[in-house]
Amino acid sequence: MDILLQEVGYSYAMNTPFEKRALHNVNIHIPSGSYTAIIGHTGSGKSTVLQHLNALLKPTEGSVVIGEQQVDAKTKGKHLRDIRRQVGIVFQFPEQQLFDETVLKDIMFGPLNYGVSEEEASRRAHELVEQLGLPADVLEKSPFDLSGGQMRRVAIAGVLAMEPDVLVLDEPTAGLDPKGRREIMDLFHELHVKKGLTTVLVTHSMEDAARYADQVAIMHQGKCVATGEPKDIFSNEEQLLDYRLEPPRTIRLQRKFEEKMGIKLDSISLTEEALAKNLALAFLEGREAE
Amino acid sequence: MMEKMIFGRFIPGDSFVHRMDPRAKILFVFLFIAIVFVANNTLTYLLLLAFTFFVVFLSKIRLYFLVNGLKPVFILLIFTFMLHIFFTKGGDLLFSFGFVEVYEEGLRQGIFISIRFLVLVFITSILTLTTSPISITDGIEVLLGPFKRIKLPVHELALMMSISLRFIPTLMDETGKILKAQMARGSDIGSGPLKKRIKAVVPLLIPLFVSAFKRAEDLATAMEVRGYRGGEGRTRYRQLDWRMRDTLSLLMLVGFTAVLWYFRT
Repeated sequence: MDILLQEVGYSYAMNTPFEKRALHNVNIHIPSGSYTAIIGHTGSGKSTVLQHLNALLKPTEGSVVIGEQQVDAKTKGKHLRDIRRQVGIVFQFPEQQLFDETVLKDIMFGPLNYGVSEEEASRRAHELVEQLGLPADVLEKSPFDLSGGQMRRVAIAGVLAMEPDVLVLDEPTAGLDPKGRREIMDLFHELHVKKGLTTVLVTHSMEDAARYADQVAIMHQGKCVATGEPKDIFSNEEQLLDYRLEPPRTIRLQRKFEEKMGIKLDSISLTEEALAKNLALAFLEGREAE
Repeated sequence: MMEKMIFGRFIPGDSFVHRMDPRAKILFVFLFIAIVFVANNTLTYLLLLAFTFFVVFLSKIRLYFLVNGLKPVFILLIFTFMLHIFFTKGGDLLFSFGFVEVYEEGLRQGIFISIRFLVLVFITSILTLTTSPISITDGIEVLLGPFKRIKLPVHELALMMSISLRFIPTLMDETGKILKAQMARGSDIGSGPLKKRIKAVVPLLIPLFVSAFKRAEDLATAMEVRGYRGGEGRTRYRQLDWRMRDTLSLLMLVGFTAVLWYFRT
């Protein structure tokens, strides 16, 4: 599903002394089936943009087109439910949204709300628990008896169970251990490819953005200041620094290597694997030259 | 939705009212609450209203903002007004349709009670809007000081108050967050029949309770780690500062009370 933000502006607490402008004239196009990463420094407006993607916030200026539906300041609540079914959001620390007696019921909450049958919802819950690497007996437990990492997975399952067309992720792995992090991010990517989802990832991690995304948008002080492919965005180090971001680890290492050795590697290394390959190639070339 | 509520909120500013000592402001509000009941005729109620608007003016808080933020209170106000209109009998019959009869006295009482309600809400809101929660509790702690003699745990009470005040905005934010997360999962809060609405609150309340308890535990640990042992021998970083203007404000209120007393019937 295509999502198009057109000249979107948003102010919190309009017409009060607390009024705070969070977005100015934001234009982002998220094509159907793409994996878009939104990066930016703390307070740059990333999370505000994210809430526009399923109409939890309505723009105070401009409009957001989600699929067929256009949302602007005047759109009435009725149409928004349909959008929310199609666009699933995994919020930061999603384990905070768990509430039901058992994990099974909690995962079924979303689908049941959108009119999925009991059996179907239960089937999805069983399937997702397995996919997310949770033990099967977890389904009958109270979500509050689980460990932090398990709670996170259950909460993610609760969103995935709605089978949205668009998946919006707000720092889904914040506070997890490195291994769990990688597992969950890989799972999202797998779903993205297998089910043809449109994925939007809001993140602080340049490494994740570089590894998974095929489009990157930089937010800075409430504006979308750049969009492009990861290889272009991350090879422009000056621009990144201007917006108080730094390139992914692999690119930093590559630059240091290039500086020390006085050579240039073939391509920009967005992932560890790419870096290893580039280094190996450089090494082979060096040997041949001898 | 939440961000419009101004109950218990503090707006930093620099006005006569903002600069007053919290003790003076608290005393002022309590005295004012008492003298609201002195008014009993049209003139005194009008004076009360005028005095209230004068205080609002001194606080430099925009009236529009005040009225807008207290919208939920006005529903209560209209409700009490209606009760009086319909059920207080006395004086001439003004008009009637069907079984509803409106008497002069009912209308009068309705308006008086509404004014009373309005000035009370305005003045107490001005207190919380112009005084930081910390100052309010500091003020209360000092004012309650004499009750320590009768073993009233004044410091603990003040601490409890400042903690709860401190956490109002935090819990509000959290409510907003959880509300959004559940809305994204298709929960419909605020629409549909009553039974459905009540059911829809459960997914909101439980996570809120869970996190509130967690916060309480974390806070207790944090306090213990920093060696908190109660109020005994504790010194203050913020000293209260009673000035001329505080004495003057209270004197002004006393004068106003005298005027009210003179004009009441």
